[in-house]
Amino acid sequence: MSKLLELDHVTKLYPVGGLFSRQSIKAVNDVSFSLDADKPEIFAIVGESGSGKSTMAKMMLGNEVPNSGRLVFDGTDISTIRNRSQREAFMARVQPVFQNPFEAFNPLTRVDAYLFGTAHRFAGANNQAEKERVCDEALQRVGLSMAEIKGRFSHELSGGQLQRVAVARALIPSPKLIVADEPVSMVDASLRMSIVNLFRSLRDELKVSIIYITHDLATAYYISDRVIIMQKGVVIESGDARAVLDNPTHPYSIALKNAVLPPDPRAASAAIRLRSAAAAG
Amino acid sequence: MTEVLDFKPAVTQAQDVLTIRDLKAYYVNDMFGVRREVRAVDGISLTVRRNEVYGIAGESSSGKTSLIKTLAGAIRPPMRVVDGSVNFSFGDTHIDVYAEPEKMKAARWQNLSYIMQGSMSVLNPVRRIKHAFNDFAFRHMGLDRRAFRQRVESHLQKLGLDPNVLEAFPHQLSGGMRQRVTIALATVCEPEFIIADEPTTALDVLVQQDVLGLLKEVQARLGSSVVFVTHDMSVHAAITDRLAIMYAGRLAEEGPTQAMFDNPQHPYTAHLIASLPRIGDVSTRKSLAGKPPSLANPPSGCRFHPRCPIAIDRCSKEVPEMLPSAIGGRVACFRAGEVAVK
Amino acid sequence: MFKVLRDLLRYNREFLFGSLLIAIILAVVVASYFAPYDEMMTYAVIPDMPPGSEYWLGTNSRGQDMFWQLAASMRNTLIFGIVVALISRVIAIAVGLISGYVGGKTDQAIMAFNDTLGALPNIPILLLLVFVLRDQMTWPVLALTAALLGWTHDSRLIRSVALSLRTREFTRHAAFSGMRTTQILLREHLPYVMPIVFFTTMNNLIWAIGLEVTLSILGFSDINRPTIGGMIYWANAHSAMVAGIWWWIAVPMVAVVMLFIGLFLLAMSVNEYIDPRSRLARMGA
Repeated sequence: MSKLLELDHVTKLYPVGGLFSRQSIKAVNDVSFSLDADKPEIFAIVGESGSGKSTMAKMMLGNEVPNSGRLVFDGTDISTIRNRSQREAFMARVQPVFQNPFEAFNPLTRVDAYLFGTAHRFAGANNQAEKERVCDEALQRVGLSMAEIKGRFSHELSGGQLQRVAVARALIPSPKLIVADEPVSMVDASLRMSIVNLFRSLRDELKVSIIYITHDLATAYYISDRVIIMQKGVVIESGDARAVLDNPTHPYSIALKNAVLPPDPRAASAAIRLRSAAAAG
Repeated sequence: MTEVLDFKPAVTQAQDVLTIRDLKAYYVNDMFGVRREVRAVDGISLTVRRNEVYGIAGESSSGKTSLIKTLAGAIRPPMRVVDGSVNFSFGDTHIDVYAEPEKMKAARWQNLSYIMQGSMSVLNPVRRIKHAFNDFAFRHMGLDRRAFRQRVESHLQKLGLDPNVLEAFPHQLSGGMRQRVTIALATVCEPEFIIADEPTTALDVLVQQDVLGLLKEVQARLGSSVVFVTHDMSVHAAITDRLAIMYAGRLAEEGPTQAMFDNPQHPYTAHLIASLPRIGDVSTRKSLAGKPPSLANPPSGCRFHPRCPIAIDRCSKEVPEMLPSAIGGRVACFRAGEVAVK
Repeated sequence: MFKVLRDLLRYNREFLFGSLLIAIILAVVVASYFAPYDEMMTYAVIPDMPPGSEYWLGTNSRGQDMFWQLAASMRNTLIFGIVVALISRVIAIAVGLISGYVGGKTDQAIMAFNDTLGALPNIPILLLLVFVLRDQMTWPVLALTAALLGWTHDSRLIRSVALSLRTREFTRHAAFSGMRTTQILLREHLPYVMPIVFFTTMNNLIWAIGLEVTLSILGFSDINRPTIGGMIYWANAHSAMVAGIWWWIAVPMVAVVMLFIGLFLLAMSVNEYIDPRSRLARMGA
């Protein structure tokens, strides 16, 4: 079976310290996994800040090059991408969704500029009518339309709407893989599930694989097929999402699961009391 | 010095510490001829009792941040209090925040303190932690240097913190540790009233519970009242006694937290609770249609009606009043209690 | 554009006052094209006449009407300043944005050159050039030289903003939307550096005019071509203060102060208007 994305012992170092005491920390330490080309799935990377999950996203998008190991996308080693045309061919197949929609869209640029740019460069749309048709098609898939978006600035839309526009934009080149780094953490609770559900429908209907990077175990459990849990750059547990999160075995994963506050006052306040009792004793 | 500052009450009656009546605070922006009025707080009345954690939940631009700024008397132009009043009563001292700003100033940190989202906004990155205690608390305690230091150290110990953190710089501490220090800083004067603005939002999940547990413990020990603001309903579930839900500058519902989670009266509350994903449950969670309203141009009638699954004609024409609800709280909805999203 | 001007005039006092000063100066500049005699001509009128009804600003010892002298000088000085400011702005924006966006080694190399150039003393270099070039040192050559010396500080300011813009998520988003580097720089980043560009333009204009005045007073420019500095040079050469012809000195000085204050006020108010934060506030963000 051919692989869509394969990470082979990937390690990324970051230099820390000043001029005289240069050291490096392993932001990502020997990570390997792969996604199958003909079985679209939602693959969750779970970790806290400093776990290396955002570095993983940057490497998968070709924004960072690993110090050792290989990232192979669809038969091409990502680190061999050098020139503009190779880079554009890569971007047509791998697209990102960023964390904060209000940051991802320049507040002084109209939102549709990103859509038209993508349609022009990656979908071969050359005139305005063609661009609008391509963008409208993508927007319809996320439950929006060109009429709602055209000429708008980011502050005129809600976080949820903007994030759906971002997903629509990523869909325009018909990518094989979407890398979503914390896509719902900045979206309001009442709109959050619309984004999460959207990812599920992209997988089922458009056969797009999604790397879902998050710190939130509950949404990872809700949508992902497989999961890896990272701590300080190391994958400490991996496997089927439901199985891993229902019965974590590594102490850190267990702690992480226990740290999730249950959305129920009785259970949640009991958890809090338990924690402070443990801290006191 | 001491007798001036020593007006801390010993009484702990079930009396209201904070009373807000029909408060209206607008942002009025007048720039190069473009006049805009944003009604961030639009007619809110509520009371906070002694010795309780009062939660305020709401999404971005629901006005929750403006509300706590207003009740702390910490507003600046272009924001203005247009109508209503905010009254604190600390024992025998009664303060009308907007009529007596001088009294309010004296009560700051002594009777009323804050815990903010970013600990870095109170801790100066280039000064040791002890300086933050000196800056914020020293003049309110009326103690000499040595006694003050002893008091701070014993306070830190009570909160399970090593007194050595006083000599540390903020960047030497982890995010969770820094937030614990800011809690210690906010509670060292043993204030009757603490405003906590998203204190756990920037923290990793693993330390979130610790910080919440610490806050709850300090609150219980001091018997103070905490107004706890966050958008995260799970955090409200964990720590608050009573909960108010804000939507577009107004209160949608208020009541005992447990009862509200068990039996929400307002459709918006019901949705917020039902949409929370849980580990071990993969049933489909629905999302609300539409987008949060603009506070500059809010919908008519009930502000939730364009997104409400059970809205009727009346909702778009009349503004529902906050009336007593079936679960011992208050709710502003013509069809209160008719939602049973489970 | 018209609406912007109307709003600024109506709601911003600094802008109103600044434009009034600049309008007076521009009117004088326009008047220079209607001068009754050639601006280079001497002894065209009775010398040393004090300001009065016949000669509004008096006449100087070289028999020139101060008003027409001022008009021609103001025109020449202003054109000089604008040319310098425009050329050096283009360089500063290009260097600042590219250096900040590309980053890394390229950035270090560009900034090393930038700082070296910025550390060189301007006046001695210009004086050296004047001595070397002699008669070829016409005002366009001087303007170009000044422009090449006058961008370094501003490109550093622009770079500092560009550096922070580079790490903003919308820059990466734009790249993944297929935007080329030039598009990202011009469409996404330029609006954020516009306040700096605008304010430094005004500063640069003032600096260039000051430079011109300095060189002219010292006599290191074409002294027959009327400029503000040239007027002061001639006044000094004729010991105008000692001779009691105070208006010969006062007229160019008052004019240059009016120009500087006017430019400063305009810079301040327009800056407030094009600032991204204020723009966003007006857009309703």
